[in-house]
Amino acid sequence: MATTKASAAVTGETGVDGVRRRDFLNVAAVSFAGVGTVAALVPLVVQMSPSADVLALSTTEVDISKVQPGQGIKTQWRKQPVFVRNLTPKEIQEANAVSLSDLRDPETLAQRTKPGHANWLITLGVCTHLGCVPLGIGEGENKGPYGGYFCPCHGSMYDTAARIRQGPAPKNLAVPEYKFTSPTTVQIG
Amino acid sequence: MSFSWAKPYEPKHPVMRWLDERLPLPRLVYGAIGGGYPVPRNLNYFWNFGVLAGIFLMIQIITGIVLAMHYYATADGAFNSVNQLIMRDVNAGWLLRYAHMNGASFFFIVVYIHIFRGLYYGSYKAPRELVWMLGLVIYLLMMATAFMGYVLPWGQMSYWGAQVITGFFSAFPVVGEPIRVWLLGGYAPDQAALTRFFSLHYLLPFVIAGVVILHIWSLHIPGSGNPTGVDVKDEKDTLPFHPFYTAKDGWFAGAFLLVYALVTFYVPNYLGHPDNYIPANALATPAHIVPEWYFWPFYAILRSCTFNLFWIDAKLWGVLAMFGSILLLFFLPWLDKSPVRSGNYRPVFKRFFWLLVIDVIILGYVGGAPIVWWRTALGQVAAAYYFLHFLVILPLVSAFETTDPLPNSISESVLSGDAAEPPVAVAG
Repeated sequence: MATTKASAAVTGETGVDGVRRRDFLNVAAVSFAGVGTVAALVPLVVQMSPSADVLALSTTEVDISKVQPGQGIKTQWRKQPVFVRNLTPKEIQEANAVSLSDLRDPETLAQRTKPGHANWLITLGVCTHLGCVPLGIGEGENKGPYGGYFCPCHGSMYDTAARIRQGPAPKNLAVPEYKFTSPTTVQIG
Repeated sequence: MSFSWAKPYEPKHPVMRWLDERLPLPRLVYGAIGGGYPVPRNLNYFWNFGVLAGIFLMIQIITGIVLAMHYYATADGAFNSVNQLIMRDVNAGWLLRYAHMNGASFFFIVVYIHIFRGLYYGSYKAPRELVWMLGLVIYLLMMATAFMGYVLPWGQMSYWGAQVITGFFSAFPVVGEPIRVWLLGGYAPDQAALTRFFSLHYLLPFVIAGVVILHIWSLHIPGSGNPTGVDVKDEKDTLPFHPFYTAKDGWFAGAFLLVYALVTFYVPNYLGHPDNYIPANALATPAHIVPEWYFWPFYAILRSCTFNLFWIDAKLWGVLAMFGSILLLFFLPWLDKSPVRSGNYRPVFKRFFWLLVIDVIILGYVGGAPIVWWRTALGQVAAAYYFLHFLVILPLVSAFETTDPLPNSISESVLSGDAAEPPVAVAG
């Protein structure tokens, strides 16, 4: 009796519940192989993400004591350029005079700076269009018609708060995470 | 393979017979590029560019393998390994490097002529839709390979090309930026990006070679097209590939390679950009950043999108339009429904075809030149026309055009010389 039942299951006859033993084995085997294959893909995908040595460069200290109003410096954080700019009162006034409804990516200068340090505009020097370094931080560079930055690649123009005003870029220059560790030192990241 | 009168392979030498019985490789070669593949007898010189593309793929693979023996894929060493070691110190390194650099440009020249040949003569139409689509896959792979190869010398254009092109992905909302960082293995192009680009630049040409085999295989099922677009009817319409077309391809390859040699030896940097002889600098973008010339039309389409439309911003529109301009070619066999293949018998289509050629040349000019307002406007008109051609004009023309009478057969068109003349009795 037992042998007949077993051989019936092996040859694929339908059991009491309508499911063949062989069906169950097939589904189980293929599912297991599928899960295993997906698991094997994980290391192949994650190896592409930034490695530990790249992530280790995640903070940068910048000395800003020598940057006079109207000047700016270019530094590097996570291999990306960072603009640190000491705004003049006139530039601050120009930025605050713009109505938010005129902006593509509405943000006030106060939202883009730290309280008590409204003259220090710290942004990534990476155009939000396709990632070029805009001009305008160095002495004598083209600041564009809005007095901030001008990207030579595709003509994006930023104002004195590094907000996008004209051209193809969708967003303002990004403000990285940073804090003032002393009145003259900034830690980015 | 395709026609009943195709000559079967008959090994003459006992060694070949021994081999053929165990592994029919000689049979395969004979049927594909030997006397066993019947080809329409009326092919013009535009049909030489397929074989020529294969030759340039081989040139690129061979020079590339040799260059990889001397190249350092490190952010510190890459620029010097190309510009000092290979260009000055390695024996014949300068020649191999210039041959590879210009080989890429000439590969694209050949492939662009090959593609426009297909567009004019309706090579994408049934039963060759898959031939066309596999060709587009090859073209996309070529673009990826060429882009990654251009990054390897790690000059200013290399670096900023990598930055801008991976930046395309950041246009997609939410997932875009993580994808960009994942592709680069960092927040900006650096060592991780360079090494993986080198790995893929070495891999992709072999993938291309694989797809080329599929491309030829799918072509050889219906057999080659021809300038009349009329199907092959009998043996009078064809000639064996060898010796007729091997000879013609051989002589034409010689002539074309002469032009390639002239550029490689006398103006090797004409098609390149001088800024790529400045080492990569992550803190300064070159003032006039452009891709290699073969990407200019697509770059112009990208830059033409300067305005937000609906809920999609200008940046994403640009990226979508650029990818869309290539992807829509996959639908070409169904956009152009005219039963007549060859542009020679389609008077209206022919005019629009040449307008498209001019349009793409304008796009190329706009994409390669610095931005000024009138050039941006010109690019916008040209980009709009590009899409208009494929999505509106072509379907309309194929629906309403009155085509010219086709010749009764390929041999008749060859012997009478003019399709409009009455058929001439063909002797023997």
